Amino acid sequence: MTEFLTTVFNLIQGILGVAPTTLALALPWMDIFWAFVYFVGAVILLIINVIMLIWIERRAAGFFQERVGPNRVGPFGLLQTVNDTIKLLGKEWIMPASADRMVFLIAPLLVVTVAVTMYGLLPYGPGITPVTLNVGILFFLAVSSTNTIAVLMAGWGSNNKYSLLGGMRTVAQIISYEIPMALSIIGIVMLSGSLDLGEIARSQSHVWYVFIQPVAFVIFTISALAELTKSPFDMTEAEQEFVAGYHTEYSGIRFTLFFMGEYANLFSMAALGVVLFFGGASGPWLPPWMWFIGKTYVFILFLLWIRWTFLRIRVDKMMKFNWKFLIPVALANLLVTGVGIKLWQHFVERSI
Amino acid sequence: MAKEFGTLFLFLAGGFVLSLVIVFVNWLLRPRNPSSAKARTYECGLETEGPTWVQFKISYYLYALIFVVFDVEVVFLYPWASSFKSAGLVPFVEMAIFIGVLALGIWFAWKKGAFEWN
Repeated sequence: MTEFLTTVFNLIQGILGVAPTTLALALPWMDIFWAFVYFVGAVILLIINVIMLIWIERRAAGFFQERVGPNRVGPFGLLQTVNDTIKLLGKEWIMPASADRMVFLIAPLLVVTVAVTMYGLLPYGPGITPVTLNVGILFFLAVSSTNTIAVLMAGWGSNNKYSLLGGMRTVAQIISYEIPMALSIIGIVMLSGSLDLGEIARSQSHVWYVFIQPVAFVIFTISALAELTKSPFDMTEAEQEFVAGYHTEYSGIRFTLFFMGEYANLFSMAALGVVLFFGGASGPWLPPWMWFIGKTYVFILFLLWIRWTFLRIRVDKMMKFNWKFLIPVALANLLVTGVGIKLWQHFVERSI
Repeated sequence: MAKEFGTLFLFLAGGFVLSLVIVFVNWLLRPRNPSSAKARTYECGLETEGPTWVQFKISYYLYALIFVVFDVEVVFLYPWASSFKSAGLVPFVEMAIFIGVLALGIWFAWKKGAFEWN
């Protein structure tokens, strides 16, 4: 492959009349090539995920509620989402006349951009991490909270009272639940001693962190549901209160983009949970990336099971639960973890 | 490091281009049939009344303010946590005091009623 690329590059240089040698060594063509391979792979994974997850959401929710769910298009109704997407691709552009044009148009694009970027940060297995950052976990959280801006843009730009209410509530909810999530992750970082996602996954070769940090796992699961605005925390799309929240005015392909972003984020959030608590891509017999995807889907099913089981809670109760229960518990968990590690080092490892 | 951030930039730019392409395909395929009724604000069929962009409920801003305080705290905690094992007891006690001060902050906001939604 390298020879081929070098040949092509030299050919281009020859055509341009530039003296060969210098540039070929200075520019990392292989890196750029691999970056493109990773990007295309991530996009394919994202599309497969969206198709599968929407199917699971509709079909499995159907079984949970003792009905059939979509079963007409393709085997087991698997092609239903493809069908819907193609249908939505041919829909008219409708934008409210009073909307803030720029903000209204950019919001759904931003959602997909954020979703794709998050796929680049996940460690799918040894050697298959598109972007290895030494501050990976911090960057992941930073990128994922960019969604807040997209939602606020959508709610504000629509110039619709329901949209604005939905957008504001979403922002309040997402930023509030980000704190317990970040605090629960700090315990893991203390144990692994690294901010790199791949490193955190590798440090669980002996025992998964879910067994050492069960409280953090519960906090993480609850805040992940809230971050994803899934029921019981789906105040943002409470149909009985305001039509559909921040995407009331969106239709056709822009609505699809919001949906794509939502389900893509469901996968990346569950994948983060797998990296932090379930040992990432480790496992016997099968190739690591299969373990990673498999574990992530099990965790997604767990999240969706919660979603289908519990009813929506009231918005004031949700905020109260976060600030008066979850954050104090997360802080206490942090303290207990710190004391625990120091005691372990003192009595077992005898290093201090 | 340049390689990592280059790949990251590709993902950011590529994600944006991908969404643009999807919207562009829709732009090519869409039917064009505009009418003023379609462009009206949809609020369950009722005519929209008064401006939407008004001054908003104060609780949201309170939450946002407290969020900023805690988010900055968390950013301080991450580097500390990543070197927690190798560091001795003194950084641990220092950070316990730091978290204690912030817990005091939560308690203050709690007593002031900042977490009440009314």
